[in-house]
Amino acid sequence: MSVDLARPPESIETPTARQRVRTWITNPWARPRFLTAFTWFYIIWCLIPVLIAVQFGFNEGRSRTAWQGFSFRWYFDDPDLSVWNDPSLRSALFQSLKLAAGTMLFATPLGVALAIGLARWRGRASKPANFLMLFPLITPEIVMGVALFLVFVYLFQVVQLGTMAQVLGHITFTISYVVIVVRGRLFAIGPDYEEAAMDLGASPTQALRLVLLPMLAPAIWASLAIAFAISIDDFVISYFLRADASSETIPTRLYSGLRLAPSPALNALATILLAFSMLAITAAALFLNRLRKRQGTRGSAVEDLARLDI
Amino acid sequence: MSGTGEAYSRRRWTWPAFAAPGLLWLILLFLIPFYAILAVAMGRRDPIFNTAEPVWNPLQWDPGIFGEVVNEIISGQLGVIFLRTVAYVATASLISLLIGYPVAYFVARHSGGRKILYLVLILTPFWIPYLMRMLAWVNLLETTGFINDILTFLGILTQPRDWLGGRSETVVMGLVYGYVPFLILPLFAALDRIDQSMIHAARDLGASPFRAFLHVTLPLSKQGILAGMVIIMLPMFGDYYTNNLLSKSPRTRMIGNEIDLFINSNSGESQGATITVLLMGLVGLLMAYYLISVARTTRETRT
Repeated sequence: MSVDLARPPESIETPTARQRVRTWITNPWARPRFLTAFTWFYIIWCLIPVLIAVQFGFNEGRSRTAWQGFSFRWYFDDPDLSVWNDPSLRSALFQSLKLAAGTMLFATPLGVALAIGLARWRGRASKPANFLMLFPLITPEIVMGVALFLVFVYLFQVVQLGTMAQVLGHITFTISYVVIVVRGRLFAIGPDYEEAAMDLGASPTQALRLVLLPMLAPAIWASLAIAFAISIDDFVISYFLRADASSETIPTRLYSGLRLAPSPALNALATILLAFSMLAITAAALFLNRLRKRQGTRGSAVEDLARLDI
Repeated sequence: MSGTGEAYSRRRWTWPAFAAPGLLWLILLFLIPFYAILAVAMGRRDPIFNTAEPVWNPLQWDPGIFGEVVNEIISGQLGVIFLRTVAYVATASLISLLIGYPVAYFVARHSGGRKILYLVLILTPFWIPYLMRMLAWVNLLETTGFINDILTFLGILTQPRDWLGGRSETVVMGLVYGYVPFLILPLFAALDRIDQSMIHAARDLGASPFRAFLHVTLPLSKQGILAGMVIIMLPMFGDYYTNNLLSKSPRTRMIGNEIDLFINSNSGESQGATITVLLMGLVGLLMAYYLISVARTTRETRT
């Protein structure tokens, strides 16, 4: 085909409307508008329902669908039905806090020690030990719930269903999360520091106390916060191991309340749960941020939390 | 390894000693409870009260109840529930992938200077308590709720629909909403790891953006897709609460509901344990795949 040189290609001078639309759509260097819109749509879809639920916890009236004005009625003003004055809601709040505090205090030391052990130990049994640590993270929670329920009912009968069983259950699946958080940091540090300390004459305990633990401190604080958040969010294990009304937690109380008699007080209770969960995870992010600053790594701890997949 | 003989041998026992308490805990409260499920499933039943009597010695196991339940699955009602569970989980995880992949891709590749903001926004649902998120949807989907208001206002529905009255689409939507955030994180991690120069190379060599995506980005993110799908399918298979909150009807019952009903009744523990064993058989392959792929990436990051 011959090219007519006398006629300049018209697209250089004035692109037609159609061509402009084409380049607008196919220009590979433009900002991906569709993806941006899609992502925002996703974020709104994810968060707006929760925000609406929070809003209706502050509703003046009894409705969870029609807004009747702002009040703290469902938090503490209502003498019978508010979170503070309904004994079942208040006890659920304290039960959740109790379990989360207990879980945090026991799972963190166990998990930190396990992480140190697994990261440095290269024996024959270390591989199965690693697998054992991973299992609670991927086993469907209902299986763990059933397993713990049966073992407390039929084998370890010293443990009564209720608070005791719930704490033990929460600790069991939280340990692995602590290991994951601390292990990441241990891999980053490498074994050189404590080996240098030991070569210079420190005993293993000294090397640990004076060298390794200070370096791990922010990760340990972060895992305390994460253990708290995981325990307070848990529904399934608490559900299978509860004994009576006194061992209902916020999530199990929300579950039974939603199925029987929903009221804005449940929204208020859920909002309190949300606040504790967010507080804990913000604390974790702040600790991890401090870790990054100390290492001189750029970026944000949010990325660490985002990569916290196992 | 550095160090003199004495110090070295002392170190050799240090690390297992650290791991010991945690491992002992997991053996006592994870492995043994697992065994308890088997002991109950393969155990005897009290002939009068129908209560379970676990048998701890595997040589005395009686596969009687196990066989009964398996028969029930092959012949009738339980089989339908198993198939329904698989169908729900497959649909919900595919929809989750269709929603999650573009979001993870955008945040990993195109969010630019606002990456932290976007990461916070996609991490937030991850840490919002699950029951809180379900509560939100129960309120929205009620007959007088916002969803019906909007749909009737737009003229899509002529009268409010009873979304919570046992509809499959509500349950699947609930599962998607509940588990998408857990898929997006591993996807993001996988996409974020991809070396951008690979994609530039493909583009420089004349691949269209679409071809570059198809032949470079997609294959490189395959591990993340598979791992993310497995990580949301595992809890979906055991889910009973999403279903119970968004539909109170036996028409949408899943395996998890069946286990919940048996274990929380006074005399169904053997059947409950047996169905749990079968559920583990169903998800066992997925778990094995995940563990192997995790072991591989851990080895890579360690070396």
